[in-house]
Amino acid sequence: MRRARFAFTVLGLGYAFLYLPLALVMFYSFNESRLVTVWGGFSTKWWSALFANEAMLRAAWLSLRIAAVSATIAAAIGLAAGYALARTPSFFGRGLFGSMIIAPMVMPEVVMGISMLLLFVGAERLFGGPERGFLTITLAHATFSISFVAIVVQARLADFDRSLEEAAMDLGATPWVTFLTVTLPLIAPAVGSGWLLAFTLSLDDLILTQFVAGAQSQTLPMRVYSSVRLGVDPQINVLATVVVAVAACALILSGWLTRRKA
Amino acid sequence: MRAVIALPFVWLGIFFLLPFALVLAIALGTNAPDSVPPVALGFSLKSFALLFTDDLYLAAWLTSLRIAATSTVVTLLLGYPMAYAIARAAPRRRPLLLMLVVLPFWTSFLIRVYSWMGLLADNGLLEQFLRWSGLAQNPPTIIGTEWAIHLGIVYAYLPFMVLPLYATLEKLDSSLLEAAADLGARPFAAFLTVTLPLSLPGIVAGCLLVFIPAVGEFVIPDLLGGTETLMIGKVLWDEFFTNADWPLASAVAICLLVLLVGPIALFQRQQARSLERRT
Repeated sequence: MRRARFAFTVLGLGYAFLYLPLALVMFYSFNESRLVTVWGGFSTKWWSALFANEAMLRAAWLSLRIAAVSATIAAAIGLAAGYALARTPSFFGRGLFGSMIIAPMVMPEVVMGISMLLLFVGAERLFGGPERGFLTITLAHATFSISFVAIVVQARLADFDRSLEEAAMDLGATPWVTFLTVTLPLIAPAVGSGWLLAFTLSLDDLILTQFVAGAQSQTLPMRVYSSVRLGVDPQINVLATVVVAVAACALILSGWLTRRKA
Repeated sequence: MRAVIALPFVWLGIFFLLPFALVLAIALGTNAPDSVPPVALGFSLKSFALLFTDDLYLAAWLTSLRIAATSTVVTLLLGYPMAYAIARAAPRRRPLLLMLVVLPFWTSFLIRVYSWMGLLADNGLLEQFLRWSGLAQNPPTIIGTEWAIHLGIVYAYLPFMVLPLYATLEKLDSSLLEAAADLGARPFAAFLTVTLPLSLPGIVAGCLLVFIPAVGEFVIPDLLGGTETLMIGKVLWDEFFTNADWPLASAVAICLLVLLVGPIALFQRQQARSLERRT
């Protein structure tokens, strides 16, 4: 029991470590002073400044569109990949296939960034396009998100009761109908959480985006990065507060939804 | 079924595998600042030679590996007790405790690194606190040092360590610990001989999930580190964006890939095995 008490103490300290910096950033988003390390009284002026910041809002809108499209592509291809991995124990190139699914999850982003950019530069020379911007960023994000969707789907299919599918087939359903009416509804929560994960990853990506974005497009993380490079910025504190609040609400909502189903 | 396999296979082949061939081709070319793109194709090992002879680059490789390794160990030492405590908590509390670990991961990586900037800054909140509490009169500035980079990596990657550890610790059969206790093992001996070896897959997975990306980390050393600490991810970035030396940046990418292919393969094997055990 003493060991457990030690572990629970570390757990408490770990939570403090994880949340204290974020809490301070959120607190200082209401700071009057421009200096982030000096408390100058309560004010919401940085909040109004952020929501009047044209460039920031445009970047956020671009990021949201890219995230929605790339997450949808990743969910579709990741579903196919996860299904293939879970249901076909052997096919030609399965080892390579498995590696291509896992590797993007841990690959340092600078490596993926430069390789994707060179691909798009090569395509531009050969086919005269695509132009760098929305499309190239979306393709790049979709590619590294496929892995995460595939893993979630594969894990869900691993502890899946196959007797339901067999029953459908016995009753004369074709494999395609069985998939659509039995398998897909049952693994839909996994696909949904994979989509959400892909959406979040896309919304947050800086490095890969910086490589494949053209001169014209600036996503939200690019905008944030160019601002924080110069030091602490009260408007970024506000943005951080919004991001943490949205993430917390989304997690609480999804936790509540899954508990209600159980 | 063939189409189901072919679609992701072809997609990843084009967008993930093929680009590495291009990176290798560019790495073997030479820098041509006046053309667009600034590369002359060819077969030159100049960029690779530079990476392994120039003291600056050699130091960057060693620093990256060292910082990634020590940060991984610290993350493990912090993450293991956390995962252990969550796995030992009452089952109805576990979802909430786990969610508290996962939540920061759903916010933004960039913003989480940024949140340390105001804390660690010169005359920042941490220094003010140390002075106010009397713990230190003249606290040293942390931002711009290797300490800050370590702190940033541990902070940013902690959830990646806790999750796989929790997954193995949660499945641990407690009757094994009871058997060890019945046979006279003290709690600590039982931990060392039963719990620790059985959680090894989680330890390996967690460490790889932290170590591999940390070696090539760019944002953390850029925002929290100083100019004297050069990590290889930052070298690649600067060569590419600042110096527009595409062959050298590509050579860094190839070397990083070769260096990490072992750990990545290990991670993949483990991942596959843990999934197969469930079926």
